[in-house]
Amino acid sequence: MSPETKPRTLLAEVFWNLLLGLGMLLGIWFVFHAIKYNWHWESLWKWRWLILRGWGATVVVSALALIVSVPLGLLLMFGQRSRWIPVRLACRGCVELVRGTPLLVLLLIGYYGVANALGIAKPWLPGVCLLALFHSSYLSEIFRGAWESIGASQLEAARAVGFNQQQTWRFVIFPQAFRRALPGTAGQMVSLIKDSSLLSVIGVEELTQMVRAANAQAYTALEGFIPLAVLYILLTIPLSWWTRRIEERYKFET
Amino acid sequence: MHIQVSQLVKRYGSHVALDGASFEVPADVDCLVLLGASGSGKSTLLRVLGSLLTPDSGSIHINGTALGWTDEAMLRQRRGNGFVFQSFNLFPHLSAEENVALPLREVHDINARVALHQAHETLEKFGLAEHVKKRPAEMSGGQQQRVALARAIAPKPGLLLLDEPTSALDPVMTQEVLDLILRLAEDGQRTVLSTHEITFARKVADWVVFLDHGVVVESAPASQFFDQPGTDLARHFLESLTRYR
Ligand SMILES: Nc1ncnc2c1ncn2[C@@H]1O[C@H](COP(=O)(O)OP(=O)(O)OP(=O)(O)O)[C@@H](O)[C@H]1O
Ligand SMILES: [Mg+2]
Repeated sequence: MSPETKPRTLLAEVFWNLLLGLGMLLGIWFVFHAIKYNWHWESLWKWRWLILRGWGATVVVSALALIVSVPLGLLLMFGQRSRWIPVRLACRGCVELVRGTPLLVLLLIGYYGVANALGIAKPWLPGVCLLALFHSSYLSEIFRGAWESIGASQLEAARAVGFNQQQTWRFVIFPQAFRRALPGTAGQMVSLIKDSSLLSVIGVEELTQMVRAANAQAYTALEGFIPLAVLYILLTIPLSWWTRRIEERYKFET
Repeated sequence: MHIQVSQLVKRYGSHVALDGASFEVPADVDCLVLLGASGSGKSTLLRVLGSLLTPDSGSIHINGTALGWTDEAMLRQRRGNGFVFQSFNLFPHLSAEENVALPLREVHDINARVALHQAHETLEKFGLAEHVKKRPAEMSGGQQQRVALARAIAPKPGLLLLDEPTSALDPVMTQEVLDLILRLAEDGQRTVLSTHEITFARKVADWVVFLDHGVVVESAPASQFFDQPGTDLARHFLESLTRYR
């Protein structure tokens, strides 16, 4: 049994969040006060469109990678459970290889090696694909775990009520596996958004890249990094919140 | 329900769970009870009878027709049966009413409104009127098992197969569930029951099949089996079960 979550009122939730936010701001203020940083917001302000363009690119690239990674993760999971040994081995190998390699290395090899060989010059397409591939191999493990956690007794119950294979999938396996895969998947999606910052190494003009460019142009440093953090959080927090909501909706004890 | 089983063999790897089990049950029997020590093969026999498991060899005739062992034949046969297991095996993500209505809708092609109505009717008959919206985790074991019984019985199965339906329940809950089974049996529901509840078995059984190590040691009318068991093995088994009752 999980601990009972008390129905909190929206007001209380907002209050505590505000209080927490205030505390954090106080902490940040203290840090910058201590290092006696000399702020030059106005020089960075001129480059705000550059930063926003980078943010837009991050949103688009992450969204595309997210959309690709989920079906790809499913595919890799099914591949690993395939009846045909070559398919099984290929998928297993792909997952292990990708999971064992740092994303940075994967990006460098994938872009300067593979994409180059294929004659693809624009970095964003291989960037999206590599990011999706990297996270789909983690997702496939999350999906596999969720599926395999459905016990033999549930499968027997499905057979006992007369479900065929498709019905068992649709009414018994999928709804339960979906619920169990949600928390892990949400975490993986948040990681994906953050990892999109690494695409700057292959020259994708995403948020981190653009903030560094703006900092260089404006001769600022920390002024850029604070909006950088805020803009990532603006993407990740709603995502976590949204998946938490879905989790609540599909909550049931097993 | 005329059942004829001959030379049934089922292995799990190298372990032989059914070792050439044979018996015949006459047509006027409604409730067949499987007895035997733990590990004697009751659950395995029950699953094979209900087309949940494929035997390695041997044959089963029910009312003169041989059971088939292709996937399609087994699915068709299964759809005419109802099952209840020891550990309830309800679908945890569905409410009680959905647990009952879903198979009616999807397997038995009953339209949604009628299926829900039938589900409610069955659940009410089993004293679960106020629990129809609850998920399994929100119900007691006895209530869950009654929902499982409702799920098995709602499609009006030709054969109801119960595998130790009360061995995971405390005495009070056991009573609730046994009362229902007795009621069903009295209404003429054809049933195969594997159980350790010897007093109850004596009450509902028309016929007893007694197993030991995957072999049928005795197959006899219930009154004869309980009053004058034909083998020492059965006599010892009955004595050991009734010693503290
Ligand atoms: N899935 C399985 N894999 C391997 N061995 C199994 C499996 N199911 C049952 N067995 C073995 O087969 C034998 C018969 O099992 P079965 O469950 O039919 O016995 P049972 O009479 O129902 O026992 P109980 O009263 O404990 O339920 C047992 O020795 C058991 O260990
Ligand atoms: Mg058993």
